[in-house]
Amino acid sequence: MQGVIRYFYVFRPVWAVLLALFVGSGLILLAGVSPIAAYGELFKGAFLDYWGLAGTLVKTSPILLAGLAVILPLRAGLLNIGAEGQIYMGGLFSAMAALLLPEMNPWVHVPICILAGALGGGIWGLIPGYLKAYHGMNEVILTILMNFVAINIVSYVAGGPMMQEGAPYPYSEEISEGLWLPWIMPSTDAHAGVIIGVALAMILFFVLRYSTIGFALDMIGKNATAATYAGVPVKPYVVGVMFAAGAIGGLAGTFEVLGLKYRLYHHFSPGYGFDGIVVAFLATVNPLLAPLAAFFLAGLKAGALVMQRVVGLESTVIEAIQGLVIIFVAASLGLKYDAQKWAARLMRRRKRLDAELGDTFQPKVGGDEI
Amino acid sequence: MIDLLTDPQALTDFLSTSLRLSIPIIFAAVGGVISERSGVFNIALEGCILGGAFGAAVGAYLIGHPVGGLLLGVFVAMMAGLILAGLAVGLAINQLVAGIAINILMLGLTSYLARLILGADATSTLPGFGPIAIPGLSAIPVLGPVLFEQDLLTYLMYLLVPLSWWVIYKTPWGLNLRAIGDYPVAADSAGISVPKVRLFAVLASCAMAGLGGCYLVLSQVFVFTEHMSAGKGFIALAALILGRWNPIGALLACLFFGLSDAMQLRLQFNSPDVPYQLFSMVPFLASFLALVVFAGKVRPPAAIGIRYERGGK
Repeated sequence: MQGVIRYFYVFRPVWAVLLALFVGSGLILLAGVSPIAAYGELFKGAFLDYWGLAGTLVKTSPILLAGLAVILPLRAGLLNIGAEGQIYMGGLFSAMAALLLPEMNPWVHVPICILAGALGGGIWGLIPGYLKAYHGMNEVILTILMNFVAINIVSYVAGGPMMQEGAPYPYSEEISEGLWLPWIMPSTDAHAGVIIGVALAMILFFVLRYSTIGFALDMIGKNATAATYAGVPVKPYVVGVMFAAGAIGGLAGTFEVLGLKYRLYHHFSPGYGFDGIVVAFLATVNPLLAPLAAFFLAGLKAGALVMQRVVGLESTVIEAIQGLVIIFVAASLGLKYDAQKWAARLMRRRKRLDAELGDTFQPKVGGDEI
Repeated sequence: MIDLLTDPQALTDFLSTSLRLSIPIIFAAVGGVISERSGVFNIALEGCILGGAFGAAVGAYLIGHPVGGLLLGVFVAMMAGLILAGLAVGLAINQLVAGIAINILMLGLTSYLARLILGADATSTLPGFGPIAIPGLSAIPVLGPVLFEQDLLTYLMYLLVPLSWWVIYKTPWGLNLRAIGDYPVAADSAGISVPKVRLFAVLASCAMAGLGGCYLVLSQVFVFTEHMSAGKGFIALAALILGRWNPIGALLACLFFGLSDAMQLRLQFNSPDVPYQLFSMVPFLASFLALVVFAGKVRPPAAIGIRYERGGK
């Protein structure tokens, strides 16, 4: 019995999501729409239709990479709220590498663009990482403020120095077709970014699980003082992990530019960096589960548009439901499985049942499987 | 910018713009001080401002009077505070995570419900508070109209900032609050209920931030727009760090941010050929740089962000 209960606890993010969708159906009812019809259209549109699935995969790419950018430093106890800014800087740097460098062989130019994007995001992670490690500043507030700075920098560049002549609103020239990322589903927008994201998630899983780096990060996250005494160079690790996280966030922006938009637009990310935070907790800070969480979240977003079109429900309801999802998931992670408490509870119940049955049978103490 | 020195009217306008821009941040920052003094990070200030703005708009729209908006705005913000307290104090979840969760929830919820409730009327002007000149004081040159020709919420702010300073530093309740923020174990053994004080602190904090949101809608723009808090809650967080977790210090830091914001608006207006985004990043850049420059000297409440469990390890 206790084994069953423990499994129930393992899947608590799943129950939390279901509960959030249930509470969300109340919000849908407020608009006078049937929740079953709305959710039906949403999931059909997001996962069961060729074009819909492609739309979901398009959104999975940045959300997954942003999620990894949050997960990696979270293992060391650092909250990276700056993925949004890192996405913007990644997009900016890769667009600059694509548009401003002289024409060259795509086999050379594409990697340069990708590295430039990773570098741009990396710098945006490195700065708060350094200030956190060497000046003890709160990385949360720093990364939040840097988001706004990055968004404005991109708006400035896309609307000023790099703006295409005569463009109706800020965007840059189109990057040449040779630099576009390959598609993974014919005649759709789904590009290779999501494949790279999944590969990166696998790599991160193995690095965090089986390497000394992963062990050191977990140690810093659990107790930084103890890690210092154990000889872990905590400060360089903090700087390094924030740089790496920023670089991953930068890739999210890079693939948006090289894979989907082919230009640098202002406000090109509708908050993917914050979706990354949701992914991190939905995946219980496990990179292996991040693709699943990102795919689900991307589906909600892609399906929301279908839902709006078919049943006429405001797609902003999905943002509210997403907020409910993260609240319930966060709350569920606060409920820890307590073996002793459940053992005592089950024992009481069994005794009471035995007493009710008038059975003389004496329960074996601790006889249940744990 | 020269006209500010030569023309008193221009200076008056500039200073009142600065004050108006800083008021929502002041409410939120002082609210943040209350919560953080009790040892609870309130990253949810942003969501509370948004909730306050949303409640203010809906209240004023349904009741037709700004006071209705004020009450509903504060109520919505306090509901957000209740969730934060439930997650961060009750369930002992990481306070930052809880705060971010609330920000995301409020962003989605207010956008959706605003479209549902306000619908087509979303752009029509709501009833709000108009300026009330205080006789005598408002006749002082330059500063008079800046400080004493404001609306009800501004005067409320004049009242609440010193009041919260007095409560935090001069009353037994404030002593309890600070004790819990610095060393909850000792406070608990002295018989103070840590969860109860933290709950009240978070509620008061969110109510204050909600007032900031009310100000945006009822005194400044008279409409609700999606995500109208636009990062003000985060600037408030920077301001309270700069203000050393002291309401008066936070007030001064917010005035500085208001001044820099008013400055960038003037620059935007005076140089239309420069893309405005270069200027609109100024408040955030100023917050960031101010934090970096004053880094290393700050001493936050000792137990901030650390969950407290009775008899815990």
